[in-house]
Amino acid sequence: MKYSIFSLLRQARDHHRNWPQAWRSPEPKPSYDVVIIGGGGHGLATAYYLAKEHGIANVAVLEKGWLGGGNTGRNTTIVRSNYLWDESAHLYEKSLQLFEGLSADLNFNVMFSARGVINLAHNEHDLKELARRGHACRLNGIDYELVTPRQIKKIAPIVNISRNSRYPVLGGAMQRRAGNARHDAVAWGFARRADDRGVDIIQNCEVTGIDVADGRVTGVRTTKGPIKARKIGAAPAGHASVVGQMAGLRMPVESHCLQAMVSEPIKPVLDTVIMSNTVHVYIGQSDKGELVLGAGIDGFNSYSQRGGIDVIEHQLEGLCELYPIVRRLRVMRTWGGIVDICPDASPIVSKTPVEGFYMNCGWGTGGFKATPGSGWVFAHTIAQDRPHKLNEAFDLKRFETGSLIDEHGAAAVAH
Amino acid sequence: MLLIVCPWCGEREHSEFSCGGEGHIARPDPRTATDEEWADYLFMRQNPKGVHHERWFHVHGCRQWFHMARDTVTHEILAVYGIAEKPPALDGSGEGGR
Ligand SMILES: Cc1cc2nc3c(=O)[nH]c(=O)nc-3n(C[C@H](O)[C@H](O)[C@H](O)COP(=O)(O)OP(=O)(O)OC[C@H]3O[C@@H](n4cnc5c(N)ncnc54)[C@H](O)[C@@H]3O)c2cc1C
Ligand SMILES: [Zn+2]
Repeated sequence: MKYSIFSLLRQARDHHRNWPQAWRSPEPKPSYDVVIIGGGGHGLATAYYLAKEHGIANVAVLEKGWLGGGNTGRNTTIVRSNYLWDESAHLYEKSLQLFEGLSADLNFNVMFSARGVINLAHNEHDLKELARRGHACRLNGIDYELVTPRQIKKIAPIVNISRNSRYPVLGGAMQRRAGNARHDAVAWGFARRADDRGVDIIQNCEVTGIDVADGRVTGVRTTKGPIKARKIGAAPAGHASVVGQMAGLRMPVESHCLQAMVSEPIKPVLDTVIMSNTVHVYIGQSDKGELVLGAGIDGFNSYSQRGGIDVIEHQLEGLCELYPIVRRLRVMRTWGGIVDICPDASPIVSKTPVEGFYMNCGWGTGGFKATPGSGWVFAHTIAQDRPHKLNEAFDLKRFETGSLIDEHGAAAVAH
Repeated sequence: MLLIVCPWCGEREHSEFSCGGEGHIARPDPRTATDEEWADYLFMRQNPKGVHHERWFHVHGCRQWFHMARDTVTHEILAVYGIAEKPPALDGSGEGGR
């Protein structure tokens, strides 16, 4: 069914009782051309682009829980492309461009809102770093302009730009084309469209093993029985090491808990997103009125989706200083997701030493913005058995050659 | 919040410590190691879902390093042992380090 104003009116007339299911819930077939492990945004987007761009629709997406129940449904939805290094800038920019046309392409409102993202500078070094990144972005054709404290105050009156502040705002930089999207809608939109094209989306189906014969994958073992596959693409985020190990691979990834939280809902006070690298705080406002607040990762390996309260405390201290208006608000909800951190803070979208096994992971704290772009290049990599130009550099081999893409300092609070 | 029993200072909140990542990683001889072995040493990690043997540093206390065996799913601390020691046998009682 095509979603439109007419379908909405028709369904309203019937008191919304006849909306069809958005996607099927089939039992797995005995074999597929491609099996995707992980039904987060990246896995679902990969399946969609495999069918759409490469004509490969005999595909199953296997998800151990529910669609988007991993980091896709737990993130703070910042979408931007203002990265320092060319490799990252090109990949994230591709993704941002796909975001710009995504609702139309998927016939599903992913609520992409280009409300802009501002990065604050709190010291001389920050200012220089932002200027450097601004120039790098401009050379890559990506908008990213420096803004003064007064301009920032005009765009976002809730920022404290007082000279006496503990974290003085000396300036900032803004990507106007950046913004937010609705996380669940991205997963659901890709799922619905992939299903339309014949992809089987199978939830509550955990992959427990990967069968390899003569250095080539032959299939997966799952909680719903064995499934044969010519090729396997893994997009398991925080479980990258666990899934990699099933194919006999050691991964350069460590899993950490990353937390976020929302305040009680209030009237609109902020129509952009503001991030602070130095203080490690960022803030946006959801359509429901909650302030969406993000923190840093817990400092030790974890597969428990519960983080330490000390991280939240630390984050709220900075927040209250920078945005005094929040001091009397209550935190309504906090949660955590398990993010897959790479040593160079850049992702891996790559072939592996096991033939027919492809890995998409390491997006860490900032892969939501990459969802369409990552799926697009990963589908290409799987279909053609070689990377696209855009993800060539994000190869697993870079850890041997030393061609790391060090975005640690460059990522805007890394999200 | 983890309560960590520092071998020197006793029970303290984890915010006094910093985690130094996976322990017991042996450095290969740089003169003979292949690129693959060197990459494995530098970057590849076990990152287990379950018992992790890791190094901790009591940064806001005695400033000593030590080892800890911790479950990465439950965060239960199974053992605390010296920086030069091998991992102890775990009895699963969860009383390690006390
Ligand atoms: C609190 C928080 C805030 C964030 N904020 C931002 C942000 O503002 N902007 C941004 O760009 N990014 C952000 N991120 C990062 C972003 O959420 C992730 O990088 C991105 O969503 C990863 O998508 P994914 O599809 O790869 O992973 P996921 O959505 O986690 O999907 C992986 C799926 O694989 C499944 N799986 C794992 N193992 C198996 C198995 N053996 N068998 C079957 N299925 C399996 C999991 O259940 C999961 O559903 C944030 C993350 C967190 C936790
Ligand atoms: Zn101590």
